[in-house]
Amino acid sequence: MLHESKSGHPGGSLSAVELVTALYFGGFLRYDVADQDSADRDRFILSKGHGVPVQYAAMAEAGFFDVAELKTLRKIDSRLQGHPVKGSMPGIEASTGSLGQGLSIGVGMAMASDMDKMDFRTWVLLGDGECQEGQVWEAAMAAGHHKPSKLVAIVDANDFQLDGPVDAIITLDPFAAKWESMNWVVREIDGHDMAAVCDAFSWAESQFRPVCIIAHTVKGKGVSFMEHQNSYHGVAPSDDELARSLAEFDVATLEPTLVTSGNGKGVSK
Amino acid sequence: MNSLYPGLTIGKATRDAYGEALKALGALHDDIVVLDADLAKSTKSYDFGQAYPDRFINVGIQEANMVGMAGGFASCGKTPFISSFASFVVLKGFDQLRMAVAYPNLNVKVCGSHGGISLGEDGVSQQSVEDIALACALPNFVVCMPADEHEMRAAVAAAYAHKGPVYIRSGRPKAPLVYKETPSEFQFGRADELRAGTDVTIIANGMLVGAALVAADRLAKDGIEARVLNMATVKPLDDQAVRRAAAETGAIVVAEEHLLTGGLG
Repeated sequence: MLHESKSGHPGGSLSAVELVTALYFGGFLRYDVADQDSADRDRFILSKGHGVPVQYAAMAEAGFFDVAELKTLRKIDSRLQGHPVKGSMPGIEASTGSLGQGLSIGVGMAMASDMDKMDFRTWVLLGDGECQEGQVWEAAMAAGHHKPSKLVAIVDANDFQLDGPVDAIITLDPFAAKWESMNWVVREIDGHDMAAVCDAFSWAESQFRPVCIIAHTVKGKGVSFMEHQNSYHGVAPSDDELARSLAEFDVATLEPTLVTSGNGKGVSK
Repeated sequence: MNSLYPGLTIGKATRDAYGEALKALGALHDDIVVLDADLAKSTKSYDFGQAYPDRFINVGIQEANMVGMAGGFASCGKTPFISSFASFVVLKGFDQLRMAVAYPNLNVKVCGSHGGISLGEDGVSQQSVEDIALACALPNFVVCMPADEHEMRAAVAAAYAHKGPVYIRSGRPKAPLVYKETPSEFQFGRADELRAGTDVTIIANGMLVGAALVAADRLAKDGIEARVLNMATVKPLDDQAVRRAAAETGAIVVAEEHLLTGGLG
């Protein structure tokens, strides 16, 4: 996708692959591709909007739209803008990309869910660099006060932001303590350990109060020359880099192995 | 009779009418949720909160978060009315209004109180002379500044009836009455000719509509017949009324509590 569009953000998409995959195909994010606007669908907000290629890929795989449309990413007239746009297609629940805004929207959704005694859960995926934005902490403080029962913040903590390492620019430490101090319950996991990710999501569903999952990840995960290399934050792979990446993944074995079940709940085949 | 607006009766502040109208609307529509950022007693959303505490959220001093939350509520079928001072909710919440409300065209109603300079002695940080320009720049937004308590009540009802984002500016001081009752014909985007005239047109909104009527009375004593247009809605603008005024009276004077750039003028 990114090679085709010749622009985009591979690093921050690859770090979130397991997190997004578990949401869409692990039975956590409740959706129905046959009834994409149903009022009781779970809401997923990609607050770190530049990572949207991984969401588009998961949505196509899940059947929200045809996989072939992925090749239109970032092209004129495409629904697949470089950052998520609410209204572009069902399943994109908020316009993001101006960092720091998704959690506030998620708090509103989670409170609406409680207010109407609905069952839907709101999942918000943030970047760690994004948590330098003051609005994130406004939203965290508001959620910690109002305590919506079905709100999960997931932080893709890949340790980098555009200009360099998060710790070298503005450290978030003590990060978990910040969330805890605002009345969130927090769990830290390896964001590439699928079992740990699924276990954390299950745990989150049992809490009935705001939950923060800090997922420690590697920017560019899965592509050897991109891992830990922040130069791929916002640079699409070249022809050669694409070939090398796909070779590393052994694409022949990656043909669709994940589908959505008849009840619309994402499951692994 | 009063010295500032001779010939006009002083009514309630438009912020008071906003609070009353919102509370009344809350009785009719339980999809309305009200958010305020620690200025509820000033914006007058407090009355709604007293009547419907389960649908009132004071987010504290967090304008940006309040706007984002409103976007979340609206996308789940609620009709949020959010309020703060005009200079805070629009200026501090601008990017959030743009991303979480305007572009997604969500059904959020924003009330900026203490608009303009007529709030008085609190000074420049509280006064708002940029909010209309910013609100007009937001896609899909209707931008409205009622003239008196009666028009405010009509505007609040119209804001609820309109599906999409609306910005309403209210004022702090008691406003001179230019209507006798809630104008039943009120519509966003339609100017209201309050006084006929052929020599010059004064186009005004907010509290300056009353001032324009006073000015027109004085001009009449000098033999100048001024048309007075209440342009409560700045966006969409009733440009036909402006063109007619230009063609028929030859001169237009604008009176508003705003910078020249980006406002009604």
